[in-house]
Amino acid sequence: MADGRAFVKRPWGARLVLSSAWLGLIMLAALAAPWIAPKDPLAQDLFLGRLPPFWVSGTEPGYYLGTDSLGRDVLSRMIYGTRIALTVALVAGSITCLIGATLGLLAGYLRGWIDVVISRFVDIWMAFPPVLFSILLIAVIGPGLMSIIIAIVVIDWTRFARVVRAEAMAQGAMDYVASAQVAGRGRIGIMLREILPNVLPTVVVLLTLEMGIAVIVEAILSFVNLSISTDDPTWGGMIAEGRASVHQAWWVLVFPLITLFLTVLSFSQLGEGLKDRFDPVLR
Amino acid sequence: MSFLSIRNLSVRIRGSDTRLLRSVSFEVDAGEVHGLVGESGAGKSMIGKAILGILPKAVEVVEGQIWLDGVDLLTLPPALRRSRIGASCALIPQDPLTALNPSRRIGGQITDRLVDILGWTRARADARALELLAEVQITDPARVLRAYPHELSGGMRQRILIASAFAAEPKLIIADEPTTALDVTVQKEILRLIAAMQARHGTALLFVTHDLGVVSKVCQSLLVLYGGLVVETAAVRDFFAAPQHPYARALLAATPKYTDPAASLIPVPDAVIQQTKAQVDAADGAWRHG
Amino acid sequence: MQVIRAILFRLATTAVTLFGVAVIVFVVIRVVPGNPIAMMLPPGATEDDVTRLTALYGLDKSIPQQLLIWGMGVLQGDFGTSITTRQPVLALVLGRLPATLELSLMALIIAVVLGGFAALTGTLRRGTKTEATIDISNGMALSIPDFLWGLVLILLFGVLWPVFHISGRVTPSLDLPFTTNFYLIESVLRLRFDLWADLVSHMFMPALALAIPLAAIIGQLLKQSLKETMHLDYVTLARTKGYSETHVILREALPNAVLPTLTLVGVQFTFLIGGTVIIERLFSYEGLGNMAIDAVINRDLPLVQGIVILFAVIFTAVNLLVDLAYGALNPRLRHG
Repeated sequence: MADGRAFVKRPWGARLVLSSAWLGLIMLAALAAPWIAPKDPLAQDLFLGRLPPFWVSGTEPGYYLGTDSLGRDVLSRMIYGTRIALTVALVAGSITCLIGATLGLLAGYLRGWIDVVISRFVDIWMAFPPVLFSILLIAVIGPGLMSIIIAIVVIDWTRFARVVRAEAMAQGAMDYVASAQVAGRGRIGIMLREILPNVLPTVVVLLTLEMGIAVIVEAILSFVNLSISTDDPTWGGMIAEGRASVHQAWWVLVFPLITLFLTVLSFSQLGEGLKDRFDPVLR
Repeated sequence: MSFLSIRNLSVRIRGSDTRLLRSVSFEVDAGEVHGLVGESGAGKSMIGKAILGILPKAVEVVEGQIWLDGVDLLTLPPALRRSRIGASCALIPQDPLTALNPSRRIGGQITDRLVDILGWTRARADARALELLAEVQITDPARVLRAYPHELSGGMRQRILIASAFAAEPKLIIADEPTTALDVTVQKEILRLIAAMQARHGTALLFVTHDLGVVSKVCQSLLVLYGGLVVETAAVRDFFAAPQHPYARALLAATPKYTDPAASLIPVPDAVIQQTKAQVDAADGAWRHG
Repeated sequence: MQVIRAILFRLATTAVTLFGVAVIVFVVIRVVPGNPIAMMLPPGATEDDVTRLTALYGLDKSIPQQLLIWGMGVLQGDFGTSITTRQPVLALVLGRLPATLELSLMALIIAVVLGGFAALTGTLRRGTKTEATIDISNGMALSIPDFLWGLVLILLFGVLWPVFHISGRVTPSLDLPFTTNFYLIESVLRLRFDLWADLVSHMFMPALALAIPLAAIIGQLLKQSLKETMHLDYVTLARTKGYSETHVILREALPNAVLPTLTLVGVQFTFLIGGTVIIERLFSYEGLGNMAIDAVINRDLPLVQGIVILFAVIFTAVNLLVDLAYGALNPRLRHG
């Protein structure tokens, strides 16, 4: 058909490729940081403060993307920043997914009082503004990588719980489940062997989304000075600093922002691309 | 020239060779009731849609002319064509349950064309709506005007759609299987109503149906479609006395007879289908090389 | 009668939810190591001072006792006193509320306009490259949270082309003749359009940052809903009456397509309101969210309590409004 629909479908394969490429790149950067970072990310040199990127005059060689107010190399800090970002994304994302999806599955398939209790918890949880809740938790637990991961899990499990519960309920009403029940299979067995595989595609897509969110939460917490110690390079911390000196040294904000932007975009487009792959209708 | 003259109308799926209508030609006089008969997928609805300009997006007109009251609709610019059709044609749709806007009151859905397209005053349009509802035998028309579609039964909604179709005194109405979606008990009444209104208003009527029984009661002439190809055109009386085409003959024979159940349910013979299909293919071949 | 029963039921569940929220915040905050009182007092304070003040704020009692005292106070309209500012929490919180409400509503309006425009244009030009472009931009806008959009906007319109203000709610040097804190609304009512312009130029960037993700959701949902509606018979029938494509989309399809999107948009709006916390911080906008962050950092327990409860109340109110609107707009439910 000579209409735009054909045009729309084709670049979507590019989605998966591009997003995987970027994520692969930052994963590489995280692993190879000590070898590819040009400078020591923690080294301060006040005489070299606020140097612009290499294509602007008045800079020193070797500081490709410039320096911040304390003379620390922006590029190196960005490269090391991938480590925190990815750790948070993978660990927090996975644990949130595990806990949230499990609770959702239980609530959606087993129903009864389990569903009532879990749903009520979800409702209460969702009455909190997420950012405020996370700040509150960090203020309580104290800063640190573990705290951030705990905060993300505690706040965002509801995202998985809600969606998986709905899916599990829908699947549970289907005929193949009824036949399994008639065949005498136990409820837990059915849940794990029949429902779970059908819910898995949705969970995987949500997982990629959650990873993007985890990176953002860490960035926001850094921005409010509640992340890990202020010395270790995080994208959020760099952004916070960059925001404060945005008129004098725009590069301190721009480059970590771009990497954060691309990373979040890649996670979500990865999810969308996977969703298209899994969708039997589109196949 | 007759009032409605379809000449060589061919319609196909965009980007493909498959024609859904194959050089369809027929004539309808002013005030005449003409039946379009065929099985599902034969293309009878497509003819009506082509005339009214509501072909699906994936379908396009390949060739042909649609002459309505001396003007070839297919040569008109879109806006002009739209307003001309709106002013002089109307559709009685198949499913009364989905053909009315659920968020709007009935009154507006009858009068909107009159006010917006024909420029009538609100008052005149409302009065006309009341008249029409009475004509289609709806009790308490004033209440119905202010009602929403979901408050009314399927039969009542079809009456409203019929009333709405006659509202602007159109010269041509296309009835697209208007009784198929209704309860059997209601079908006969609706049929009678449509016939009565057509006679009273003198409107030309294209009656799309798969039911030969209906055709015999309501139509003056008919055509039989198979695979988008016209296999027979005739006056009703002539047709039912002696159908010419094998497929048409088989169709007539297949009509259930309540008086002779044993002789009912005769399917169209395979041989006839093959023969008719061959005729369709031949037409395609001639068309491609012509 | 049915409606009243439904409302009462909703209020009951809401009360339970709010109670749950209160308990959680209460417990979470008081688990904190470190005494906020000690942080508030000057260095020369004695142990006695600390104990006295702790008793004054009731922090020496057990948690259930504190909860009870707080609850009783709430029922009488007393939300406690802020530790950092020594002012009543209720007054502080209500004082900042208008700023956040105005920001959220402005964001909602922007989102509806942008999203609606995207959906309608995409439907009018369906199957063309325009629609494809809209789809792609929508997808991008959806993936990026308000925080990042805020930073991008700061860079674009605060630094690169300084058209808008990126800090504060209003230019500090201005003399404000307002009686309430609803600056924007009052400026219109008092016909002070110079003040209105100043306020808008401060609010526009944060509101836009909040709006972009919501606009994308509205755009996508509405376009999908319109697409399904456009296939319905009554839309085709309208075309035969002589109406143009634009009229058919706007007058026949749109009113029916909006309804199914309403509930989800309502939920997303509550997320938007939650987003004001960080956006206000980003733009130094003097609203509830900004105050909340400071309150948490300073361990101002009563203030944190009050703000969290207020947010929870706002969320539930929005959900209730959406449900009422849905019931009112759906013709089938109106005559139910």
